[in-house]
Amino acid sequence: MTGPSRIGGSAGESLPFAFAGRRLQGKAGDSIASALLANGIVTIGRSFKYRRPRGILSAGEDEPNAIVDVTLDGVRVPNVRATTQALQAGMEISPVLGRGAAFLTRVLSPFIASGFYYKTFLWPHWHLFEPAIRRMAGLGRVDPASRMTAAAGGSLSVDLCVVGGGRSGLCAAITGARRGQKVLLVDRQDSLGGSSLWRGEGCADLVAEVQALGAMVWTGATAFGAYENGRLGVHRQGEGLASGGSLWVVQTGEVVLATGAMERPLLFERNDLPGVMLADAALHYLRRHGVLCGSRPVIATNNDSAYPVALALAGAGAQVMVVDSRPASARSKAVNGVRVITGACIARALGRGRVSAVELDSGQRIACDLLAVSGGWTPTLHLCCQAGGKAVWDEDRVILVPAFPVPWISLTGRVAGDWAAPDDLPWEWAVAPEIPSSGATRKIWVDLQNDVTLGDVELAARENFTSVEHLKRYTTLGMATDQGKSANLLGAAAMAQATGRRATDLGLTTYRPPYAPVPMAALAGLSRGALQSPLRRLAAEPAHRAMGAHFRDYGGLLRPAFYGTDESSIAAECIAARQGAVVFDASSLGKVAVMGPRAGELLDFLFAGRMSNLAPGRVRYGLTLNEAGIVTDDGVVLCLGPEHFLVSCSSSHVGGFVASAEEWRQTRFGRDQVFIHDRTAQWATMSLSGPTSKAVLAGLGMVATLDDQAFPHMSFVMGQFMGKPARVARVSFTGERGYEISVPSGLAVPLWQALIAAGAAPLGIEALGWLRAEKGFLYVGQDTDGETMPHDLGFDAPRLKRKQGFVGDRALQLPVAGDAERKQLVGLARADGGLIPTGAHLVEGSPRRSIGFVTSSHLSPTLGRGIALALVEGGRARIGAEATWFDLGQTGRATVTPACAYDPEGGRLHV
Amino acid sequence: MTNPMIKPGPMICPFCGPRDASEFRYGGDPSVARPGFGCSDADWAGYLYVRENPRGLAREYWVHSQGCGQWLVAERDTVTHLVLRVTEATP
Amino acid sequence: MTAPVPGIEHRYSALRLFREGLRGQRGWTPAWRSPEPRRRYDAVIIGGGGHGLSAAWHLAKDHGITDVLVIEKAWLGGGNTGRNTTIIRSNYFHRESQVIYDASLKIYEGLSRELNYNIMFSQRGNIELAHAPSEMEGMRRVVNAMQVAGIESSLLTRDDVLAMVPLLDPSPYCRWPVFGGMIQRRAGVARHDAVAWGYARAADGMGVDIVQNCAVNGFRIEGGRVRAVETSHGVIEASVFGMAVAGASPELARLAGFRLPLLCMTLQAMVSEPLKPCLHHVVASTPNSAYVSQSDKGELVIGGGLEPVPSYARRGDLAKTREVLASVVEMFPAFSTLRLMRQWGGTVDTSPDNSPILGPSPLTNLYLNCGWGTGGFKAIPIGGKMLAHLMATGRHHDLSAPFGLERFATGRLIDEAHAGVAHD
Repeated sequence: MTGPSRIGGSAGESLPFAFAGRRLQGKAGDSIASALLANGIVTIGRSFKYRRPRGILSAGEDEPNAIVDVTLDGVRVPNVRATTQALQAGMEISPVLGRGAAFLTRVLSPFIASGFYYKTFLWPHWHLFEPAIRRMAGLGRVDPASRMTAAAGGSLSVDLCVVGGGRSGLCAAITGARRGQKVLLVDRQDSLGGSSLWRGEGCADLVAEVQALGAMVWTGATAFGAYENGRLGVHRQGEGLASGGSLWVVQTGEVVLATGAMERPLLFERNDLPGVMLADAALHYLRRHGVLCGSRPVIATNNDSAYPVALALAGAGAQVMVVDSRPASARSKAVNGVRVITGACIARALGRGRVSAVELDSGQRIACDLLAVSGGWTPTLHLCCQAGGKAVWDEDRVILVPAFPVPWISLTGRVAGDWAAPDDLPWEWAVAPEIPSSGATRKIWVDLQNDVTLGDVELAARENFTSVEHLKRYTTLGMATDQGKSANLLGAAAMAQATGRRATDLGLTTYRPPYAPVPMAALAGLSRGALQSPLRRLAAEPAHRAMGAHFRDYGGLLRPAFYGTDESSIAAECIAARQGAVVFDASSLGKVAVMGPRAGELLDFLFAGRMSNLAPGRVRYGLTLNEAGIVTDDGVVLCLGPEHFLVSCSSSHVGGFVASAEEWRQTRFGRDQVFIHDRTAQWATMSLSGPTSKAVLAGLGMVATLDDQAFPHMSFVMGQFMGKPARVARVSFTGERGYEISVPSGLAVPLWQALIAAGAAPLGIEALGWLRAEKGFLYVGQDTDGETMPHDLGFDAPRLKRKQGFVGDRALQLPVAGDAERKQLVGLARADGGLIPTGAHLVEGSPRRSIGFVTSSHLSPTLGRGIALALVEGGRARIGAEATWFDLGQTGRATVTPACAYDPEGGRLHV
Repeated sequence: MTNPMIKPGPMICPFCGPRDASEFRYGGDPSVARPGFGCSDADWAGYLYVRENPRGLAREYWVHSQGCGQWLVAERDTVTHLVLRVTEATP
Repeated sequence: MTAPVPGIEHRYSALRLFREGLRGQRGWTPAWRSPEPRRRYDAVIIGGGGHGLSAAWHLAKDHGITDVLVIEKAWLGGGNTGRNTTIIRSNYFHRESQVIYDASLKIYEGLSRELNYNIMFSQRGNIELAHAPSEMEGMRRVVNAMQVAGIESSLLTRDDVLAMVPLLDPSPYCRWPVFGGMIQRRAGVARHDAVAWGYARAADGMGVDIVQNCAVNGFRIEGGRVRAVETSHGVIEASVFGMAVAGASPELARLAGFRLPLLCMTLQAMVSEPLKPCLHHVVASTPNSAYVSQSDKGELVIGGGLEPVPSYARRGDLAKTREVLASVVEMFPAFSTLRLMRQWGGTVDTSPDNSPILGPSPLTNLYLNCGWGTGGFKAIPIGGKMLAHLMATGRHHDLSAPFGLERFATGRLIDEAHAGVAHD
């Protein structure tokens, strides 16, 4: 009994690695699996549920058992598939599952069939059992400190994408390239040639032709998903373990699948023993890695594809025995030097911890150190089925086929059921799965990774979980990391047999992307850190930083919160605004031009208030609504001239306003009647405010006159700054006299510096929030919610005067708009001057009922007490009354006040 | 059913030509007409909220939001997501 | 001990598992029968997902109506019941939502025993992350609303969150810094399929007939009443009908001659490969529209926001998958070493206010349960109970009264989309 060993390929660099603490040597070109086999390691780990020893079954993505955690250069990657991961020097490899409580699970195994957990753990409570079950479950361990990177991927458009670089795929690529198509050939392996690399002599001639024709070739790339409109998701492997590789979206006109077929295992007792391997995998390890997986192999098959394997293993010096379930044939007689038993099946595998013999259904026992199995082939239809092809069993051709043609996907080669005979003999490779009809079905594994046995399938049938989807969900068959590549068809066939259905009734569960697991790092791609939802920034950011601004993210916009090291500077900024002059960078405020013969008409439609009669040079405040009558934004409109307006909406609503305006423009008013141009980014705006603001502005000499008669509140004038046009509007966000100065955005920094030099102090957005709250100026979205209508904010005219002709007009006449308990915006004040936190509720009755909530609140430095804005049911009628507030268990009393707590007469505007 | 012969591909903007689907945003149901101010509450609710929403071929507003910004009318299958025809939206 | 589940002959128990283990699992019987439907029933429920099966069980249990047929066009629980991310919570803002979702959560707490079926409701706690001070204010508004309504919920500081979810990026300079959060400790996850199967088994035990692979092709309507449904298994009459067919509600309504204010869209979900326990809570980031929990099997279950396009495709788009995973990996940098194992989509009925439609339809004896949007799973127990109440009495239950179809004409929406947190 020698087991696997390396017999060839002595060339190549030696790569040291460790497995489960053992120091070993592999060779360049090895996969982890081939390196382990070359070192004679057969048992890779333990199974998920019963903790049974398991070995390497396959040589590809269908591997259910050989899942390992790998650490290299301090980065640990869990759940690495040993069969597809290239070995690298220094890898520390450990099985994901150890023995655990193997003895206990062996004792328990008769009682923990599929779905047992649905039937127990009810008393005293599931919470008592769950932690232990959680600890038992799961595969690899995530390392908190490890990170995987990704390379830049992208989009690519081709006429033809061929998936699979074997002989058929290469031919398809050549045909396409000769037709003049832009061709991309994608193959998961490092070299082109597909299975000819181990079943034949390679395809060097075809590879050379593909390259000569200029087709694009991606090796080490997996097309993992077929998406809408002819797009494929393709993952290209990275260099090394810690690289997640790159993600590509390939827009194709046409896809040819040349993805081949995957070999199915055979079902017999203890078919999960280490040393049981797919026949094709045994050939793969021999031809690709010089590893002979056993010196005395038994090859069990129900089709002809295992015969070349038998010959190759025998040619490498192994003593081969073939067990063929079919009667003798020309092929079974034509294998020289290999013993063949026909008409016999494997009844069970024997051995302690690994296979050492097989027992045939005749009772005959044959010693062996490898049991290579071939149970037939399942075409790799994944991408076709993801695109709606739906796999069904074709009884005539005894193979899985797509039920519906997908117009943009065609199949070629083995995936289409075509596999040319390697010689002149009859070549039978497409066969139906064979399901044992007797025996200890609880010892026959269908899904190796999830430990689902034939007995579990029978149990599911007995309990009426007979749909393949129920079978999958009840037994977990096909839900492991291999996604049932070797198990799904066998499971469905077993269910068909258990329920007396024909193989043609046999459907499969939905094929879902990805075809093979894809690193999350690759899927996230470069959308990480600062490149994820990139923040928008202000043109004057360097000037703010120079003044010690503390920046925060406000809805995706990075803005100065306050100037100083901590929030204590906010109060000082507020006082400066009330006593002197402050400047606030308001550049993100919208500046949306609306022009054309129907410009005024469009604005009248967009605002709940007339704008078309605004005179040039004047400014007007307004609210916008949606068609449900809900306030979506507020802003001011400037009339720049005849048929030319500028809408200044709030920073976070610019995109929404423009989108909505464009929709109505194009679908209601006409593209040639009105034009919308978002100039927000072209203009920087500094908002100067405070009792001495006029003097500060005068120092800049930007405009001809600052006389209040010629330049009243809610008007604007044009001037100049550094030789460029400047627009100065008299509006106020603070309640003080205010000027909003807009200049081309390239002048943002000089304007800011000029205003500071002229005596204005910087004002951050936090202080602005306090100042406007003192005035009862609302922030739409903070002081309103998804129910707020204009009259809830004191704008009664649109509803009461039944105004019409604007977005949301009719909704203001709905019953809900007249409800007495509508929430209205009011202020709150505590007798002790204390703060009521934002988010506190107002409550009444017993049991307590919420009648509203605090939307903004601050300790006002101006007034020396807490102020609050709140949306309160029937709020305006409650002004002067007391109310109870509730915050995280605390309660207190407050008086309902008007929203405006500071200078209600508005005299400060003119100081 | 959708004509199975229709080839897949990117969305074709009548202003910009074939562009990646990610550049477009769904814009609503063009069959919905805005009723007059004198309509009933139920009519307004229908205008606001009730959509054709067919399973299969649908006529929909789309916007080339990451491109030319134009509003378009697309004929699209809501099951396969194949787009059959795109024209510009007009009032 | 609770009373035995009425009608279930073969109770599940540890003792029975033991006995069956000794005799090779050969004594189990079908969890539900698959009878051919009869021509007439007292009540017919269209839709064999969680809501429909729960309604059948409540018709039998609460109202003594056992001559009931549940019609499922494919396989039980194959719609959104078997496609969601299994989050159960009641952290809503509006009173109407709070009481109905919390009633549902309370039923869930006792459901395993009531159905004699372990649905594995695991109250791991649901944490919503705040990434900015303004988000903390919004959460305070929701937490206070819940506390006033008597529903457990609390605010978490940044340190609280990082202690509970140690794999979150603790850096204040990352794209989504943790500023704090809120938690509902009674919230959690359950085994979604088991909810459908548990209800199916219990309803079947009370005499309810369940037919799978049976499509409704039309309604026979007389005088504003449904007399019968035309199905692929023949014409079936009943006195009263209910529909609970999320993702197909507009289609079914069209067959019945009316329209609903719903839009069908795709919501996708995905899982990583299984891992040893590394995440205890359900963690959600509302501004990112991403949420993640770890199943008992070890997979990270990840969801995101809707794909805002009308669709019946039942499959998610790659762009959305990538957007969601990018957010998750940015918040949990160690998850960059994991792999996406499986990704899928479901078709959800979205209503204008993110709240369900429960109540009478324009046809006098057909009642609606639809419009749950992305959050129907958590409401299965109460949604079924409400539909059963409507079908049995012809009147609203107090809990369902605010959710009738008429609210769209009055404008009295229950807008959770713009109030509380809306995810899963």
